[in-house]
Amino acid sequence: MDQFTLNLIVVGASFALYVGIAIWARAGTTSDFYAASRGVNPIVNGAATAADWMSAASFISMAGLIAFVGYGNSTFLMGWTGGYVLLALLLAPYLRKFGRFTVPDFIGDRFYSQTARLVAVISLLTMSITYVIGQMTGAGVAFSRFLEVPSSTGLFIASAVVFIYAVLGGMKGITYTQLAQYCVLIVAYTIPAIFISLQLTGNPLPQLGLFSTHTDSGLPLLTKLDQVLVQLGFHDYTGLHAPQTTFNMVLFTMSLMIGTAGLPHVIIRFFTVPKVSDARLSAGWALVFIALLYTVAPAVGSMARLNIITTIYPHTTETGELDLERPLAYADRPQWMLNWEQTGLLRFEDKAGDGVIRYYNAANPPAIAVEEGWQGNEMVTFNQDILVLANPEIAQLPGWVIALIAAGGLAAALSTAAGLLLAISSAISHDLIKSMINPGISEKGELLAARISMAFAIALATWLGLNPPGFAAQVVALAFGLAAASLFPAIMMGIFSKKMNSTGAIVGMLVGLLSTVAYIFTYLGMFFIPGTNLLPNTQEYWLFGISPLSFGTVGAILNFAAAYITLAMTKPAPKEIQELVESIRVPRGAGTAQSH
Amino acid sequence: MSDKSADAYWAANIRIITISMVIWALVSFGFGIVLRPLISWIPIGGTDLGFWFAQQGSILTFIALIFYYTWYMNRLDKEFGVDEQ
Repeated sequence: MDQFTLNLIVVGASFALYVGIAIWARAGTTSDFYAASRGVNPIVNGAATAADWMSAASFISMAGLIAFVGYGNSTFLMGWTGGYVLLALLLAPYLRKFGRFTVPDFIGDRFYSQTARLVAVISLLTMSITYVIGQMTGAGVAFSRFLEVPSSTGLFIASAVVFIYAVLGGMKGITYTQLAQYCVLIVAYTIPAIFISLQLTGNPLPQLGLFSTHTDSGLPLLTKLDQVLVQLGFHDYTGLHAPQTTFNMVLFTMSLMIGTAGLPHVIIRFFTVPKVSDARLSAGWALVFIALLYTVAPAVGSMARLNIITTIYPHTTETGELDLERPLAYADRPQWMLNWEQTGLLRFEDKAGDGVIRYYNAANPPAIAVEEGWQGNEMVTFNQDILVLANPEIAQLPGWVIALIAAGGLAAALSTAAGLLLAISSAISHDLIKSMINPGISEKGELLAARISMAFAIALATWLGLNPPGFAAQVVALAFGLAAASLFPAIMMGIFSKKMNSTGAIVGMLVGLLSTVAYIFTYLGMFFIPGTNLLPNTQEYWLFGISPLSFGTVGAILNFAAAYITLAMTKPAPKEIQELVESIRVPRGAGTAQSH
Repeated sequence: MSDKSADAYWAANIRIITISMVIWALVSFGFGIVLRPLISWIPIGGTDLGFWFAQQGSILTFIALIFYYTWYMNRLDKEFGVDEQ
């Protein structure tokens, strides 16, 4: 059977599974649709949260993102996991006790203000819509790569599948498909990782392999990787290198952490468990399931990068360094390189015309390159996604593992897209329609409105996926910045400060939101349009050296400060609101659950 | 639940949250980033301890923190009679 047929079968089977789950998990009530009737087992919710959280980018790009920068990009690993500690300790249990369906619902009721609700809805829609674009384009790309269809066709197929289970099942359907999608993506990610770890270090656990001995050289793997990178003129993997600074690493990690905790599509997952204590426990399980991928990613990335380098320079000198004089001949390229050259993710150019591949950093060439007058780096394209996508072929695994990578990448994209779409549609049907425009709407009417909003959100996301704005790559930073600067502080003050009033919360959210948007647009352009930035996006022009991507932390601090200053000048929250806060601080009395 | 025990419950919660957040910050911002040079003399698998915390140790600590907090709070909820029946 050829690879294409195998991909088709495995991906097709995974899609059939998702649709089957959708039919089983139909939503009959708004409570089903928004919160799976709060009957989800905390471990199941943990796995669903992990799939909800890990996007196509986590699956396909994160290993490369870390491998090509090294230590400096550990910020992603710490930031995207540390946020779950904040969720478990500061937000999730209290929001579960509060017992509503959406994040703006909490903010609107706690701050007894429709204005606060509206600001929260606007923040939510901005961050979720920008975030969903990347997922839709990711699904389209994954389709076109593995199933040989144009990416627009892939996008339509992905939208159709999401449409079936999201419109039919709402949160209930999404939860159980996310559970299935987590299983698919983690198996797909782990199998090739185990094999590459065995091949390079003899240790089957990639997490341990990363810190073990490289079998071929007898050196620790990371020492060997640092050594070959430096020899080729790249900077080493384990050190900190410009333009990154300790200061921006701290700020960026913090922005990712509080941004993670403030993302509505993650928060609403914790509304689905039966009890307050389950919300805490579920955050722990979510992090376990996320860590299964996030601790493997740096291992996969660094091992694959080392493996590719030693494929190009197969010989070593007497001192154990790479023998740069005897690189791989073009004619001897392994089959997987030929396969991936067809996709354009890997490209060689024999600049010197000598029939061998010279791979090095041309901006900082090793001495021998200067002496011998090498004509430049000949591995002209080395896409970071290769480190994950080509792994099964590098490790010579059977075709069904390659097919599983295809299904895994799609599962990661679809599960995150579905979670975001639910956050978007519930903000429209519940917060805008039910809470603000038509409070008299019937239960049946609201369920219909929720389904129509979902269909509308999918159509919008599909359209945006087909016509992605040029700034798609930068919007994720914006989403995290906004979540960090607007929603996280507001929710936290709503729980931990009994006296915080509506004026303080609204002023705080607006200050956080506007300062973050203003700072990002100043350096990255108005609405990310190139050429409209007021200042060049380089360290010397940044305010106190703060990168625009790290500004979420500052926005959050400004939000807190503005809220407390406003509170000091206005009357504290009324007595009944303070009593409401007291009631959400204790677990007893949380709404009843319904078993599935 | 009387106001007094409600206050005591909340104070105990704030205390465990504060301790947990100190550890949370110490392993990531501390050992993983700012304090890395201070502990770089401790070798681990071809690199130093700070690097391990940045790419693996902090994540493992986060998991332990959440499960510990869950266990601690379940006990505290029962002690103050505010657990879910």
